[in-house]
Amino acid sequence: MKLFPILGGIHPEYRKELTSEKAIVALPVPKTLYLPLQQHMGAPASTTVNAGDLVKKGQLLAKAQGAISAAVHAPTSGRIAAITEMTAPHPSGLPTLTIMLDSDGKDEWAEPMPAINDPFAAAPAEIKARVAEAGIVGMGGATFPSAVKLGLGGQHKLEILLLNGAECEPYLTCDDRVMREHAAEVVDGARIMAHALGAPKVIIAVEDNKPQAIETLRAVAASQPNVDVVGVPVQYPMGAERHLTQAVTGRETPARKLTADVGVVVHNVATARAVHQAVRLGRPLLSRVVTVSGGAVAEPKNIEVPLGTRVSELLDFCGGVSKEAKRIISGGPMMGQPLPSLDVAVVKGTSGILALTQRETNEHASSPCIRCGSCVTYCPCGLVPVEMAAYIRNDKLDLAAKIGVQDCVSCGSCSYICPSHIPLVHYFNYAKGKIAALDRERRKNEQTKALVEAHNARLERQAQAKREAAAKAKAAKEAAEAAAAAQAQPNSAGGANA
Amino acid sequence: MSIVIDKSGPFTHGPNNVSRTMFTVLAALAPATLYNLWLFGLPAIFLFIVTMAACAVCEAACVRIGGGNPDRALGDGSVAITGWLLALSLPPWAPWWVAVVASVFAVCLAKHAFGGLGQNVFNPAMVGRVVVLVSFPLQMTSFVTPKPLFTPGSPSLAEAFNITFGRGFSLDGISTASPLGFIKTELSKGNPVSQSIASVPSIGDMMIGFHPGSMGETAVPLILLGGLFLMWRKIISWHIPVSMLATLFLMGTLFNALDPARHAGGMFHLLSGASFLGAFFIATDYVTSPVSKSAQLAFGIGIGLLTWIIRTYAGYPEGVAFAVLLMNALTPILDQHFRPRVFGRTRKGEPLPVRGDK
Repeated sequence: MKLFPILGGIHPEYRKELTSEKAIVALPVPKTLYLPLQQHMGAPASTTVNAGDLVKKGQLLAKAQGAISAAVHAPTSGRIAAITEMTAPHPSGLPTLTIMLDSDGKDEWAEPMPAINDPFAAAPAEIKARVAEAGIVGMGGATFPSAVKLGLGGQHKLEILLLNGAECEPYLTCDDRVMREHAAEVVDGARIMAHALGAPKVIIAVEDNKPQAIETLRAVAASQPNVDVVGVPVQYPMGAERHLTQAVTGRETPARKLTADVGVVVHNVATARAVHQAVRLGRPLLSRVVTVSGGAVAEPKNIEVPLGTRVSELLDFCGGVSKEAKRIISGGPMMGQPLPSLDVAVVKGTSGILALTQRETNEHASSPCIRCGSCVTYCPCGLVPVEMAAYIRNDKLDLAAKIGVQDCVSCGSCSYICPSHIPLVHYFNYAKGKIAALDRERRKNEQTKALVEAHNARLERQAQAKREAAAKAKAAKEAAEAAAAAQAQPNSAGGANA
Repeated sequence: MSIVIDKSGPFTHGPNNVSRTMFTVLAALAPATLYNLWLFGLPAIFLFIVTMAACAVCEAACVRIGGGNPDRALGDGSVAITGWLLALSLPPWAPWWVAVVASVFAVCLAKHAFGGLGQNVFNPAMVGRVVVLVSFPLQMTSFVTPKPLFTPGSPSLAEAFNITFGRGFSLDGISTASPLGFIKTELSKGNPVSQSIASVPSIGDMMIGFHPGSMGETAVPLILLGGLFLMWRKIISWHIPVSMLATLFLMGTLFNALDPARHAGGMFHLLSGASFLGAFFIATDYVTSPVSKSAQLAFGIGIGLLTWIIRTYAGYPEGVAFAVLLMNALTPILDQHFRPRVFGRTRKGEPLPVRGDK
């Protein structure tokens, strides 16, 4: 299959060998699970259970709320201990509403959702509804509700479902293992999703550093004429959806548009597996495969983890973290996020938990920019990071926006390559957040202004009406007085005459 | 283990850093430099040491005045490059004070007055060179024919000391013009280039450096080797050197074909003066050259063109330093004007049209 080059990109030290040959092991269900109501992009789910309720495995605990949201289910059977605010698995460390579920150790299933035995005969809406019911979100880390993304077929003419098995982040091998160990489920899930999307073709793209995954998928896909498996070059950020789309199809997604606008929808391989389980087995999303790795982890592993497991328990399962740990990251080292504490939960988007040493992070204090231009050369989005950072440092966010800071995908190639160790992505994330906030504020101000103007106009209209009424009344009064005066006149005149 | 959240990712970093970059550049310069130090003997070695030391002292002093850490500033290697390139751009038997004056202007004025590393608009080494060139034209154009170390005619330690540090020492008797200077002088006397070119060293001698000139002007193959090494190490890209040298060569060849009596050929322009040193090591200076590739092409073309114009029409025989400084002034404008195309956008910055929208 013909591939297309993508711009820039880097070749970080991958260190996937730490876990790539470690088969997925299941984590024993922990005593207590902590399930945040917000494990996805969009609105938090709203609870359907109360503290003290007994629940079965797979039972709905919180339902989706609004257009973009995702349901949360019980990963095991037990009792709802509390519904309370706890630290979110997010760098902010802000509290988020969390369901605490005490396991009863029986792991007893609730009545599963009915299996859809022939999904290809089912209406796309039915598949979409099932995926929504199962609480599935993008498991590559973006956590966008998958059902919403499966609805794109309604508005766009889609040709290709591109299944993302690139896994271009260093260390992570969870997708690799899922593809190797559950290839049939992945391919089946992908076909079901393509059916829901109305896309005639499925392409599964895997970076060439995972030859076994490619081979296994090819063997499974051989019987499916509309499923292709393609090896893509090892080049970070190959797994970014717009870049993968370009590499595989040559189509460049316009800025501020979706890949669906060029006829392609991208889903992660683990999401495909979750869709398979929801549709064929009626199982909601209860667990996910997490790579626990890094130089500070005693025994790196790939683990099937019940959602809501605390990170500390996961690390203990891997022999604990050594004192050398410099950073604890959720996700990959390039785009992952630092965790505020080890007591936070594994959520639907947690692809990896990494404990990295100083040697691995290679962090140093930043020094002045020498304008080497590496960031420009390696930026996969064609941006000029050095210039954007200079504007942002001087608080000229409008100029940074003008040269494209909002087109930055925060892949981190520039920061990685910068010889001066300048945290460029940090600048850009700050700018993007600030610009979005300013934008919201501006819109709010405009709205307020419009309301105030409408209010003033109404008051003015009322005043005007009052004035008019008063004027009318006055005129009427004057007319009446005049009339009265006119009537009185003869009398007075008469009086005077008298 | 304490958890610190102080920045966004990435939480891994490439092996590259500033001093590694700088010292790779020095390594690339080393073969040509060693060859030239051998070629011009002990006075050249003295001058090289004086220049490097003067630049280091200036750097440490400026950083200290600015409240910075002089050790860290010296450690990043940037001032070593400045001093090194400055030394290579001086006549090898120039007196010590020329080097010191050039160093002060290069480091204190061109670099630190603008805000230090990364902030300077003009290439510090070239500022230093140009200041002494316009101030002390005699010393700056007194070139000698190479007298390699360990060969008869190479100055002894005492002689060398006298050449570099002696008071009132004059090169009057032995100095000679560089090939570029020679043809320029001959032309002003009315001798066409087509004749005078016969008296300059052969292309072969020019290649291996056996002609009078500044230190860095006389080892083309080794400079080229260093340049290729930098490209291989991805420290520099081909854009500036190739566009500059190609422009210079094309201008030389074209005008030589039009009027051989007035203009030297393309090959002569490439191999004489600081063309190669300039193209690979001076014009490519990170701080003072554009960051995007298309801007770098324009920058290189500009330097090539200006170099040729200055060599041909201006009062000075060599124009690389002036050309580099003039284009340095344009760098911010080039960077503003030539940006890469953003993913998903047209060159003008509009989002690409969606299929079927047209």
